[in-house]
Amino acid sequence: MSLKKACAIAGVAESRLGVVPDSTVLTLQAEAFAAALADAGLEKSDVDGILVSGAWGRLPQLQIAEYLGVQPSYADSTSVGGASFEFHLGHAAAAIQAGLCKVAVILYGSTQRSKQDKYIFQIRNDLGYQYEAPYGLPTPVGAYALAASRHFAEYGTTSEQLADLAVSTRAWAGLNPKAYRRDPLTRDEVLDSGMIASPLHRLDCCLFTDGGGAVVVVSPDVARTLDKPPVWLLGQGESLSHAQISEMPDLTVTPAAKSGKRAFAMAGVTHDQIDVTEIYDSFTITVLLTLESLGFCKPGEGGAFLANGRTGPGGEFPLNTNGGGLSYCHPGQYGIFLIIEAVRQLRGECDARQVADAVIALISGTGGVLSSNSTCILGVE
Amino acid sequence: MANETQPIDPDGDPYWAGAAEGELRYRKCGACEASIFYPRAICPACGAPDPAWAVSKGAGSIYACTTVHRAPPAFADNAPYTVLLVDLDEGFRMMGGLAGDANVAVGDRVTVTFREGPDGRPAPYFTPA
Repeated sequence: MSLKKACAIAGVAESRLGVVPDSTVLTLQAEAFAAALADAGLEKSDVDGILVSGAWGRLPQLQIAEYLGVQPSYADSTSVGGASFEFHLGHAAAAIQAGLCKVAVILYGSTQRSKQDKYIFQIRNDLGYQYEAPYGLPTPVGAYALAASRHFAEYGTTSEQLADLAVSTRAWAGLNPKAYRRDPLTRDEVLDSGMIASPLHRLDCCLFTDGGGAVVVVSPDVARTLDKPPVWLLGQGESLSHAQISEMPDLTVTPAAKSGKRAFAMAGVTHDQIDVTEIYDSFTITVLLTLESLGFCKPGEGGAFLANGRTGPGGEFPLNTNGGGLSYCHPGQYGIFLIIEAVRQLRGECDARQVADAVIALISGTGGVLSSNSTCILGVE
Repeated sequence: MANETQPIDPDGDPYWAGAAEGELRYRKCGACEASIFYPRAICPACGAPDPAWAVSKGAGSIYACTTVHRAPPAFADNAPYTVLLVDLDEGFRMMGGLAGDANVAVGDRVTVTFREGPDGRPAPYFTPA
């Protein structure tokens, strides 16, 4: 059975972003929840599904549902890192198709910046991680650096090519009033920003911010009653590969290879029909590997694909049009913001950064250390 | 180096005991002959239970490597240092540290040695062959 048009996205919103000291993970999610419902034209009493992921709290689903005053008939807390929300979109679609709920809200919030919740950098030195813990690999950047080193060695990819992606992404951020870093960036500034774990520099790495987001997913019946045009889920696929980087079968091929195939097949669209792409950019290398794995270019060609502003404003391949995790915001698990931006692009709500005539968008969420991936293809028709 | 406590669990106990004796131990499936690392109670290739233990000769090639400049707090005093993924000749991949400060690259041959990890326990590191 296909999930094609099993659901539509009816509302999206961020909470306050950046540094939000007077907040908690619950207040930020409540802000985004209320704003997304208002965007959809729905009431809290309409909500009968909650999907949430986060490393906060003892029982996050219960805590968030209680705080919001929702008693859902369907809930999911699939937690596979930053890609969780792209997984949630598929799971919400399946639940709606099965008649388990009609209005599901996907939620995320983090206060990692202002509260210094460094949970995502803490490796538990037990179970499988005991075999990596002695070597001081910083998580997650060190794992991505290992993947970059392999791609560089195998294909001749360069730091300059990765830097060009950071520059293009910053240029998009310059067009987004909500972006955290908006000043223009040069290739040399990326290369001179200091090495974190070779070959990745500081500006190859995402931001570290607070923030929350919410996405309202509705049944086709509900979608047709609302004022704003529905953004349909056309295809979705998900895949898990490994937990720790030493177990990744091939450091140059991500689980996007499998999730992408499923999403494209379900949607019945081809690569050249995609108008705008929102691809998880925890690090510059994440985007390069994902584009290759999704088949937008051949293995080894990702560096050339990203070079010279091709993915920036005015380029032929609009990518991460909100400024991405590299320049807009990154509160630990970034994936929900990919969905928010894709929906806004398809609705034509993006002002200066709007991609003209965008009708089909591709979203790719990556979680863990290239561990999980979900591809979602959205369309307005 | 900070003293971080690493628990020993039943899966890892023979491996860490081997490291203390200067042996790099891995498991080998009796059913499908897959080389298994990290050690676990089931073969991740075919699902057969209780794979046998074997001892690696400790020779391999660097599959990927990174030099860490911004280190986690427990390792900050040692930075910069290099972390490797090594493909051992017996057919398994593992993470290891680079012992010393030689310049190494993907594809270089290395051999195992044992050094004290952050918790004071011997752990496998590698040196250029």
